[in-house]
Amino acid sequence: MYSQYKLQDDSGLLRETASQTSGPFVHIGLALEIAGFESRSDEIWQDLAKEGAEGEHIELVGHVYDGNGEAVHDALIEIWQADSHGNYISNFDNKEPFSGFGRSACALDGDFHFHTVKPGQVDFYGKPMAPHVNIAIFARGINLHLQTRAYFNDEQEANEQCPILNSVPSAERRKTLIAKKEQGDGKPRYRFDIYLQGDGETVFFDF
Amino acid sequence: MSHKYPSFLSRDRTWQPEPYTPGYKTSVARSPRQALVSLQRASDSERSGPVFDGLEIGQYDNDLLMNFRAEGEQAGLPIGERIIMHGQVIDQFGKPVPNTLVEMWQANAGGKYRHKKDGYLAPLDPNFGGVGRCITDAEGRYRFRTVRPGPYPWPNGVNTWRPAHIHVSVMGPSISTRLITQMYFEGDPLIPLCPIVQVLKDPEAVETMIARLDMTRSKPMDCLAYRFDIVVRGALQTYFEE
Ligand SMILES: [Fe+3]
Repeated sequence: MYSQYKLQDDSGLLRETASQTSGPFVHIGLALEIAGFESRSDEIWQDLAKEGAEGEHIELVGHVYDGNGEAVHDALIEIWQADSHGNYISNFDNKEPFSGFGRSACALDGDFHFHTVKPGQVDFYGKPMAPHVNIAIFARGINLHLQTRAYFNDEQEANEQCPILNSVPSAERRKTLIAKKEQGDGKPRYRFDIYLQGDGETVFFDF
Repeated sequence: MSHKYPSFLSRDRTWQPEPYTPGYKTSVARSPRQALVSLQRASDSERSGPVFDGLEIGQYDNDLLMNFRAEGEQAGLPIGERIIMHGQVIDQFGKPVPNTLVEMWQANAGGKYRHKKDGYLAPLDPNFGGVGRCITDAEGRYRFRTVRPGPYPWPNGVNTWRPAHIHVSVMGPSISTRLITQMYFEGDPLIPLCPIVQVLKDPEAVETMIARLDMTRSKPMDCLAYRFDIVVRGALQTYFEE
């Protein structure tokens, strides 16, 4: 028996494999361009929307800050989002105009950069959730990736109705989940800075 | 209301590492101080995720002995102990997870990463890149060919060393089962000394990250094999919309 499977004592379920930090060299594995590698035949990267993708094309950018206010340059960001009609497209395919999954890194100017479309509303047990992008954050010093959502500051009405946003207990903390529209080049740009700790600490979810 | 996607067993956060683990110094300023906000019911946003049938995986993407060969006089095989790293991705119910993307990255046999930020004095290997990926088969199995990475020093305590390890990422078909871990090698005396390993409180949690020597898959006169099975969160049930 070579397997390292472990049983839970009470229920007989297997234990989830333990998580470890992605470390400072995560780019070698998941962001080859940043590590200086040549691209393989096909890569998962930061352009979710290509020419011809339906919906409003946007940029989603942001810094990740630690508890001392320092930018976390080794952070790797993954996003997962619905298309402009509010449908999750599970099939990842770079040949299609839109893919719902992408990765970016904060290694160059401190910002992660995604080119995508503004997602549509997704149903939650009969109520619409406001448009949002699901975000996972990996970095050196983060033992288990952090999970959050970026909403949009020009969707105020939908945000006020969103059952998930409203499940965040404090209005002050809800603000940490709202990306802010700023002047972009050509297409609207939304900034979603992530604060790992301290003042304005971003809301992170368990699900 | 019906859902297209399964829900998942909740993640046991007493088993997984805490964010704040001062023995691993970088975690101190990068760990949230506020409690996580628990979603009482997951939505399709959390239940769904990407599948990678449409991702073109190259012929040598899972073969690190071949996928970064130098040109000209330096062309050859990487230096180091040749190994097969293989295993099965299953969920907490023991159900295989097919079509999931397994990615890995590692240092070379000298403990040096091919990364401009790695300043360790060990040399690069002209024939070794250190990145691999593959998609699990119908039984959830994956396989890589590589060399065993070397241990390397890092600034945490005054003389801290990472045990030999391979970084491993599992993605899909749901973002709920997303996992990045590190695979260690059975018998490595550096494992219990490592502050990053020590972020796990339960010794059994450490065991889930230790690959076992697997002589049944070793190739005589060629390479040893290590088996590393990966357990992701259990999928409860699927409802299909009419
Ligand atoms: Fe490492």
